[in-house]
Amino acid sequence: MTGLLFSSPFLIGFALFTLYPIGASLAYSFTDFNMFKSPTWVGLDNYRWVFQEDEVWKSIRNTLYMVLFATPVSLIVGLLLAQLLNIKVRGQSIYRTLFYIPSIVPAIATSLVWMWVLNPKSGLINTALDFIGIRGPNWLLDPVWTKPALILMGAWGAGGTMIIFLAALQDVPKSLYESAEIDGAGKIRKFANITLPTISPIILFQLIMGLITYFQYFAQAFMLASMSNSGSVQTMAGPEKSLLFYAILLYREAFVDFRMGHASAMAWVLFVITSVVTYAIFRTSNRWVTYGGD
Amino acid sequence: MSSASSAFSRRLRRGGGVRRFVSHAFLTAFSVVFATPILWLLVTSIKSDKELYANPPVLFPKNPRWENYADVFKVIDFPGMTWNTFLVSALSVVGVLISAPLVAYACSHIEWRGKNIVFAIVIGTLLLPYQVTMIPTYIIWGKLGLIGTYVPLVLPAFVSAGAGYYIFMLRQFFMTLPASLIQAAKIDGASELRIYLQILMPLSKPIIATVGVLLFLATWSDFLGPLLYLNNEKDYTLSLGLYAFMQTHYIMWEKLMAAAAMFTLPIIVLFFFAQKQFIEGIKLTGIKG
Repeated sequence: MTGLLFSSPFLIGFALFTLYPIGASLAYSFTDFNMFKSPTWVGLDNYRWVFQEDEVWKSIRNTLYMVLFATPVSLIVGLLLAQLLNIKVRGQSIYRTLFYIPSIVPAIATSLVWMWVLNPKSGLINTALDFIGIRGPNWLLDPVWTKPALILMGAWGAGGTMIIFLAALQDVPKSLYESAEIDGAGKIRKFANITLPTISPIILFQLIMGLITYFQYFAQAFMLASMSNSGSVQTMAGPEKSLLFYAILLYREAFVDFRMGHASAMAWVLFVITSVVTYAIFRTSNRWVTYGGD
Repeated sequence: MSSASSAFSRRLRRGGGVRRFVSHAFLTAFSVVFATPILWLLVTSIKSDKELYANPPVLFPKNPRWENYADVFKVIDFPGMTWNTFLVSALSVVGVLISAPLVAYACSHIEWRGKNIVFAIVIGTLLLPYQVTMIPTYIIWGKLGLIGTYVPLVLPAFVSAGAGYYIFMLRQFFMTLPASLIQAAKIDGASELRIYLQILMPLSKPIIATVGVLLFLATWSDFLGPLLYLNNEKDYTLSLGLYAFMQTHYIMWEKLMAAAAMFTLPIIVLFFFAQKQFIEGIKLTGIKG
């Protein structure tokens, strides 16, 4: 009884802000609904629209691009930085602070800073590239380069991932490394045979959190897309729709064009995709995640 | 000690100097890469518009234009927006810190039938995309006439809606506290509420502080929530204000950078005051392993 009592604020919140909306959203996905008139039943029309609309497919391709590339890049950069911070040298707390701070800069400010850093003419990166004789790309206006720009931004903010990896690395028992050293294991073998397996549960956790983040990728791209002055303020899509991510299209359908039915169907498709991907990762995880005995 | 292992440690000592040097070189290189965008932001924020596109780039402006900051104040109500952001963030933190530890306790040290179900629900909400609940929730607030107020941004926190990650962190920490301590209090006849308030809470100060700080940061930076629910400029939070400012000033980079710097400054200050919560807080939970 006490358990239920202690859980009741959460359970009330779950009922009001999760369970009811899940049901309502499913119901809306079968209706034509613009928020001003009451919904009318249209059967599977919205789902048909989702699977037939070119913009939806475009947004799925853009989103998968981020999921497939930005997630591993953030994880690898986070792990690399953590590995560097785990070496016993002086000044580590200063390095740690420098690596970490970018990750707490609010998304909107981060986007703003990077738009300027990536400015094709006088941005920091292209100026530096120019210095070594490379002509930098037109980052934010060239559809090929807009997503790499966002991945770069993501890597810059990998400090949160880094901190979790660092805590995990510091927990790897020293004795494991010592016995491997006696067996003559080199750095790479120690990393592959000891570090990676020991921290694999954390890699799994970060991988799933990263995938969820990038499936719902919104603020940074929204900011970038409203910036490019190619009339994309209305479409929120960026150059040649290269920044039209799933969450952005969904937002646009719902709150710009007031097609709640379309948006709700999109939300459910996203729900199914993330569930399937998460489930698949959990299923395969027993092949690469090792849980040490306590 | 065998001779092999002492030979090994001698080799380690000899290689130590070079290795340390290489480590520092890598650490310094990465530090430069990570710090430069922020320095560039600060330098740009005090440039004149002529210096913006100068070639070669101006690394430090001759006459720093601090007026850029004053200009931002003239265009947007910066103190007002800072207050709005603070209000929303602080109330959200209070809400979650009241409701989340309760359910985290019910999922750790209370033995009852629903324990595993409730914890499964918590994990489930973590995996649920925000987009699924976004539209119906918006419609509810619309029917209640509360769009354009802070209620939709703040009230859900008091029932831990969207706080799955923080409940999970709290629960993992609670699990590390010895059950015997709670058992002993129960045998002495203490009620669950007393155990919660007088034993669990005092022991959990570090994790409560960590959750508070991380949640404050998340709410401070939130963009989608304010974008959905706030429509009066005087109610804007800083994320939304900065977005609106960018749309009207998108070529005046020096002023945009000044605004971005002011937006970020409170977070940096918070970081230096609560470094321990940011950096070491994660170690308190089971998340690391």
